[in-house]
Amino acid sequence: MPDPAIEIRGLRKRYGTFEAVSGVDLTIPTGEVFALLGPNGAGKTTTVEILEGYRDRSAGEARVLGVDPARGDAAWKSRIGIVLQSTGVFDALTVEEVIAHFASFYPRPLPLERVITMAGLEEKRQARCKSLSGGQKRRVDLALGLVGDPELIFLDEPTTGFDPAARRQAWEVVREFTRTGKTVLLTTHYMDEAEHLADRVGVIVAGQLIEVGTPREIGGRAAAVAHVRFRAEGTLATAPLPAMPGRVESGPPIVAVATGEPTATVSALIAWAASLGVSEIPELSVTRPSLEDVYLRLIEEHSDAATREGAA
Amino acid sequence: MTADNAIRTDAAPRGGNIRQVIRLSIARTGMELRAFYRTPELVFFTFLLPVLFVVIFSTVFSGVIRGPAGESVGFPQYFVAGMIAAGVVSTTFTSLATTISIERSEGLLKRLAGTPLPRSSYFIGKVALATITSAIQAAIILAIGALLYGVELPTGPVPWLVFTWVFLIGVASCSLLGVAYTRLIPDGSSATAIVQPPYLTLQFISGVFFQYSEIPPWLKFVASLFPLKWMVQGFRYVFLPDWVAVDDYGGEWHMERVAAVLVAWTVAAFVLSLVYFRWERPGDR
Ligand SMILES: Nc1ncnc2c1ncn2[C@@H]1O[C@H](COP(=O)(O)OP(=O)(O)OP(=O)(O)O)[C@@H](O)[C@H]1O
Ligand SMILES: [Mg+2]
Repeated sequence: MPDPAIEIRGLRKRYGTFEAVSGVDLTIPTGEVFALLGPNGAGKTTTVEILEGYRDRSAGEARVLGVDPARGDAAWKSRIGIVLQSTGVFDALTVEEVIAHFASFYPRPLPLERVITMAGLEEKRQARCKSLSGGQKRRVDLALGLVGDPELIFLDEPTTGFDPAARRQAWEVVREFTRTGKTVLLTTHYMDEAEHLADRVGVIVAGQLIEVGTPREIGGRAAAVAHVRFRAEGTLATAPLPAMPGRVESGPPIVAVATGEPTATVSALIAWAASLGVSEIPELSVTRPSLEDVYLRLIEEHSDAATREGAA
Repeated sequence: MTADNAIRTDAAPRGGNIRQVIRLSIARTGMELRAFYRTPELVFFTFLLPVLFVVIFSTVFSGVIRGPAGESVGFPQYFVAGMIAAGVVSTTFTSLATTISIERSEGLLKRLAGTPLPRSSYFIGKVALATITSAIQAAIILAIGALLYGVELPTGPVPWLVFTWVFLIGVASCSLLGVAYTRLIPDGSSATAIVQPPYLTLQFISGVFFQYSEIPPWLKFVASLFPLKWMVQGFRYVFLPDWVAVDDYGGEWHMERVAAVLVAWTVAAFVLSLVYFRWERPGDR
């Protein structure tokens, strides 16, 4: 079993009396894509920047590629790639110059052409960084994070400001990057991004990691009830609903049934509609809770718990 | 050199640490120069302002300074040394303190700090840029002085050797002071406001705009604590006859003191930079 890429025990960070990170434990094995989710100010950037060696920790242990990040030297830095949440660009230099310049810092950089293609900057290679749009600047950030061909890359909200096509392209880049056994720690506010990219996600609230799991299973998502919905109009609105598994939560006009056996529920509804002479049930859908639903529920439960604790 | 070449250059092998620092210092210097000449307002203020200074000053004050035995030197000849020294302070101290604090508050330093770039290479690039711009500026001032205002340039190697060492130690001390001074600048937007006062004050009391002998003794004392006065004195030795030293510097040029103070400031500023310089914005850790 190889050493994990990242190992954190009891990590804390205090600013004055305010604790931004309050005791985080986390192990990220080599080759994993891990996504940190959490509301604004939850402590994602603080945690990530401690691991990147930018910030001191107040307590706890951290190992990144086997090295204490507070003591990372140049050799260690050449093995990691960093895309910060926000940083300036070298305004007067062109995209190509900046990328080539950063490449020269590393022992085994990726070829310039490849990085430019990966970041989708082919058309802007000769442009001064100053003239780039917000999303294009973010692509330069991504290119500079990748150019050293790191073993581990930190991506702090990498696709904020990307158009949908660019976001998909960036996901493709990250996936290609991980195909060779490399590790990614990313933060994001986009649940679809976490779902597409991450092997595991962690939800951090008020400096605490409250839940960790695969995007499919986190917060009991895989076992969660499904919702069957349809619009009850005409005869469907007046006739009583059939016997079926699940609990009717609302309607009509939009009937929502929470059910653990959605297939049985749907087939009961189809038979019922047919008996009323309706062959096409309007707006029929089956949905499982999205990652976003689960995430919002976790955040809400946590803040309820915190309020109760505060009141007690 | 194309970008492609740069990217294929293999990094120095393990143990080639010094070579690595040199290679990346050259790369940083290239990028600094590029960024400099592509920022027209920076080029304008660096090179044109001192030129305007010389022109206006030499035109407005067209008199002469008389010596004890009736000798005389023209104002342009007298003030050109001070202009060069003030120019050095502005292209080293002022401009480094300002640009480094701006790069820090924009997060460029943070970006570089996250890479294996040796930190010394960053500073060497900055100081190299300051040295090159200072030299070009000095050449422009001398050329205009000589061509338009009859400033006589020294002949023979000795005065130029002295000019070179005063210039180089002056550049080194003021550059490092600029690096250390960034500790007092919390944010790039306040840089100019925080950098200008010491520069302007020292300009006035170090004999750049006035004959040094006219400055009150206690201000002379203050001026003699800082490098600018000594740089001016060193350059005056190069451009002026010895009798000027009698009036201005108490009899002799005291070039050994010029060297001692400038070297002492270089060492002190180096230590101050090591102790006080911060890569991150205040409160960022
Ligand atoms: N340098 C600092 N000094 C004082 N407080 C800080 C500092 N950096 C962060 N904080 C505080 O720590 C908390 C966590 O901030 P952090 O930037 O880690 O949040 P985040 O989860 O990355 O949020 P976002 O999603 O908005 O990026 C915030 O309340 C923030 O105000
Ligand atoms: Mg953040």
